[in-house]
Amino acid sequence: MKKQLVPESSFSRFDLLSEEIVFIILDFLNENPLDKKSFSRVSRSFYAIESRHRKFLKPLRSEHLTKILNRYRYVSTLDLSMCPRITDASLGVISGRCKEMLRSINLSRSKFFSHVGLSNLVMNCGNLVEIDLSNATELKDSAAAAIAGAKNLERLCLARCKSITDIGIGCIAVGCRKLRFLSLKWCLGVGDLGVGLIAVKCKEIRSLDLSYLPITSKCLSQILQLQHLEDLVLEGCFGIDDDSLAALKLGCKSLETLDMSSCQNVSHVGLSSLNSLAGCLQQLNLSYGSRVDRALADSLRNLSMLHSVKLDGCQVTCSGLKAIGNWCVSLKELSLSKCMGVTDEGLSSVVTKHKDMKKLDITCCRKITHLSLANITNSCTSLVSLKMESCTSVSAEAFVLIGQRCQFLEELDVTDNEIDDDGLISISMCAQLSSLKLGICLNITDEGLIHIGKCCLKLKEIDLYRSAGITDSSILAIACGCPGLEMINIAYCEFISDRSLKSLSKCSKLNTLESRGCPLITSSGLAAIAVGCKQLFKLDIKKCRNVDDAGMIPLAHFSQNLKQINLSYSSVTDVGLLSLASISCLQSITILHLEGLTPSGLVAALLACGGLIKVKLHASFKSLLPPLLFEHLDARGCTFQWRAKTFQAELDPKCWKLQLADAE
Amino acid sequence: MDPEERLCADTWTKSSSSSESLKTPPNNTSFNDFNTQQTFSFNNPFGAQISVTSNANNQKQMSDPQESNNTQDWDPRAMLNDLSFLEKKIHQLQDLVHVIVRRRAQSAGQADEILVQQQQLMTADLTSIIVQLISTAGSLLPSVKQTICPESSISQQFGVTNQTAGVSDNVVFQHNNSVNKLEDPSDMTGFFGAEQNCPIEDHEMKSDDDADEGENLPPGFKRDANLRMHMRGHGDEYKTPAALAKPHKESSSEPILIKRYSCPYIGCKRNKDHKKFQPLKTILCVKNHYKRTHCDKTYTCSRCNTKKFSVIADLKTHEKHCGRDKWLCSCGTTFSRKDKLFGHIALFQGHTPAIPVEESKGSAGPSNKVEQLEFKYKSDAPSGCSCRNVMDLEGSGEDPISYFSPLNFETSCIDGFQEFPRPPFEDSESSFSFLLSGSCDYPPKNGRYTGSNDME
Repeated sequence: MKKQLVPESSFSRFDLLSEEIVFIILDFLNENPLDKKSFSRVSRSFYAIESRHRKFLKPLRSEHLTKILNRYRYVSTLDLSMCPRITDASLGVISGRCKEMLRSINLSRSKFFSHVGLSNLVMNCGNLVEIDLSNATELKDSAAAAIAGAKNLERLCLARCKSITDIGIGCIAVGCRKLRFLSLKWCLGVGDLGVGLIAVKCKEIRSLDLSYLPITSKCLSQILQLQHLEDLVLEGCFGIDDDSLAALKLGCKSLETLDMSSCQNVSHVGLSSLNSLAGCLQQLNLSYGSRVDRALADSLRNLSMLHSVKLDGCQVTCSGLKAIGNWCVSLKELSLSKCMGVTDEGLSSVVTKHKDMKKLDITCCRKITHLSLANITNSCTSLVSLKMESCTSVSAEAFVLIGQRCQFLEELDVTDNEIDDDGLISISMCAQLSSLKLGICLNITDEGLIHIGKCCLKLKEIDLYRSAGITDSSILAIACGCPGLEMINIAYCEFISDRSLKSLSKCSKLNTLESRGCPLITSSGLAAIAVGCKQLFKLDIKKCRNVDDAGMIPLAHFSQNLKQINLSYSSVTDVGLLSLASISCLQSITILHLEGLTPSGLVAALLACGGLIKVKLHASFKSLLPPLLFEHLDARGCTFQWRAKTFQAELDPKCWKLQLADAE
Repeated sequence: MDPEERLCADTWTKSSSSSESLKTPPNNTSFNDFNTQQTFSFNNPFGAQISVTSNANNQKQMSDPQESNNTQDWDPRAMLNDLSFLEKKIHQLQDLVHVIVRRRAQSAGQADEILVQQQQLMTADLTSIIVQLISTAGSLLPSVKQTICPESSISQQFGVTNQTAGVSDNVVFQHNNSVNKLEDPSDMTGFFGAEQNCPIEDHEMKSDDDADEGENLPPGFKRDANLRMHMRGHGDEYKTPAALAKPHKESSSEPILIKRYSCPYIGCKRNKDHKKFQPLKTILCVKNHYKRTHCDKTYTCSRCNTKKFSVIADLKTHEKHCGRDKWLCSCGTTFSRKDKLFGHIALFQGHTPAIPVEESKGSAGPSNKVEQLEFKYKSDAPSGCSCRNVMDLEGSGEDPISYFSPLNFETSCIDGFQEFPRPPFEDSESSFSFLLSGSCDYPPKNGRYTGSNDME
């Protein structure tokens, strides 16, 4: 606490408010994490009430854990994802203070603790319901055995815990009988035996993520005996193949979501065994799997509850799509992103049959033309989401149909398409639109975007990456028309200047600003953003040559939520960097080719910025920084990424796109 | 024991051990058969006879004194062995006849039944020695090829014993044509003896299917299966299912007789009197079964000093992976295979896989446990010990009480563990502290559990 509490007068009107009412007021103070801080500074009683009210805590530094846990005694959810360094001692503090109150803890971004701390935590906090241990690659079976002491555990995430084996999972299976959600993604040491034991012992399991495990159908038969299983992810399980899958007797009557993406050894032969799940299966993901042909489509036709299918990255045949069109169910969601072989004929036969389609993803289906789009818009009038990045054969006129017929669209991705102003004007009729991606659309200009800004009042996200034709007036219209804007990308829109930024500063909810390669932007524009957009957490001003230290100082002062910043190729020097270091939650920083940066300035900034997790630096600094610094930062949980790229001159957008096409 | 009976027993021991030392060719099973017979004879009130109830039409064939000789190559050294064996046997025979003569002289005052029994015993002994003599003598003939009707010496032996009116049925014959009888297990017990529609084939040969094809194999492979496994390394053409399949037997045109054996230990599941009698397939199986189940385990693993075996081959198998694959359960049970451990854990409530504590060096724990277990094992053993000669054969310890246990190793093991003080499993928190406190006693581990990214 920087300021002293204001000396109170003997009587405050606020004291008349009952605690319940203040609690209700506090319930609404959720938008900016700093709001509650301000609230608690009002008076002593407010401070006390706020301390009692807080259930959720996301500390920035593990050093202050003792202090904050002393203050907030009723915390039930502890998110430590901002604290890279959590030692056994820190866990000791937590378990000592929180005791039975603690129900959920997130350690997914933390390191430096061991099974001793975990077992201490589990012993003292008997009511723990949720533990996230993702990315704890160092933890071994002893840690899993410690977790197994949490008898009330319902949700456990062990993603990327590569050193845990069947033995550890076996302990968890025996100890945590109430588990409902379990993720073992990338736990490469876990096989059939461990997973099989989970299925035998934890009968309450609702959701199970087994992605990339070396499992076979052996344990699958046990898993599918689970009576409550609703969600099963088997992404990239190469051990599951046709023969064994076909032999399975699937007894599960509750499975709703099945993800078998990247299971390359499974074809329609094995999938036909899914028929026994017909009564329950609603969502199926077969992305990056075998070829979608008639046989595969027919093998799934009996799934009577199915409403969502994902076939991303598969080879698709026309007859396969036609067979999908002939399914008796009515699909609500279909994803054919990056599928080879999607043609007008095939796609049309699907969309004309499934008229209730809400979400359609046809990204990179380069063969389809305006015909497909005409059919989509004609039959699927209730579309909510349409993603069609890089459908390069669709002509500009076709996009007009979208606005005319699909009035309920909320999400539209037309990145890298031929869409022009007429299309945009038509799309502006979709009043519900909240996300619009227009990256690399070289045919659009201010005219179309101004319509969007005027009509799409609910817009939260707009992507104008390399849409070279636009100027400040577009952004002005959007900033004025869409007060709820949260994310904007104006990278490489060369004509954008400080005027745009000043207008955007009125969008108080803006949290992501990407303005790479906008040479007209200066520090004053950035200062306006810093003052206006308090919730900014991601800022990319790479290649904004006119941004210097003067822009960093207001940023450091006002943007206390900033987590991620890219300053490469800008004119920021040691001073700017040092001032940024005062932002307590800054985690990731990219500083390549900063001409004004000296090794000593960098060292000072790195030492001062206590929350850093990731620093991207030019490789030339590697030899210039003292080795002790690396040790120190490593102990704090900060990692370095070294880049040795040479300075690159900027290309104009048309030329860039040509180069892109050449590369393909 | 009557001193003369003891003498008698000694002769048996001698004879069996001498035949053991003979190293007769594996297909010459008559000796082995004989040994087991002897082994069983002593507490069997009716002696060691084998009954072969043959069909009338087979009778002739049975008693047909056809000489069988299975030796493929004539080996003078083997012959020398055989000769010395004959010599020993003749001495034994002499001793036996002496005993008989002496008994006849004393027998005036003794009760008739005992006399009859003793005489039966003697006759049985005589018979078996004579059979051994004949068969060994037969194998001495160097040039005799295997005859078309390979009725082995056993059949003769059975013929003879049949004549001597033996009642015991340690060897059960069963013809494979009479499968319908096999289906009813209760029927089987009443069906000792054999229906011999065909000449008896040497079973040892058949079961191992090695010796008869030995000629075709290059030196270095005793079994054809081993050769086939070896040949896989020489190229893909040897990996086809056809190449890996068992070679077709030409001799299969003749119907084969299936022999079944019974364990002499009464009450054992392998004993013919047991309700759910499960016969043993070969005489070797009988031997190994008997040693494993009813004998003391005398071979101790030199590495872990814990595991004991009564069959030396078992010890060797164990030593191959002793100390490497130790999968532990929180209850203290060890498993050589992980899937066995997980099967165990899936079965029992509250058991968890145990994670070895790095710093636990304690070998004191396990040794204590083993002693306790050993004690239990011995004290539970019955005082009545029937198969003394087998033990002598094994050259095992002095304490006769410890020789046999009605329990097999597993059950006594469980008893031992139940006495081991330990918190109940249901309270996994405390059983957990039991794990962590280092009081648990795993042998020092080596890498198995610490290996990161150890993909199975």
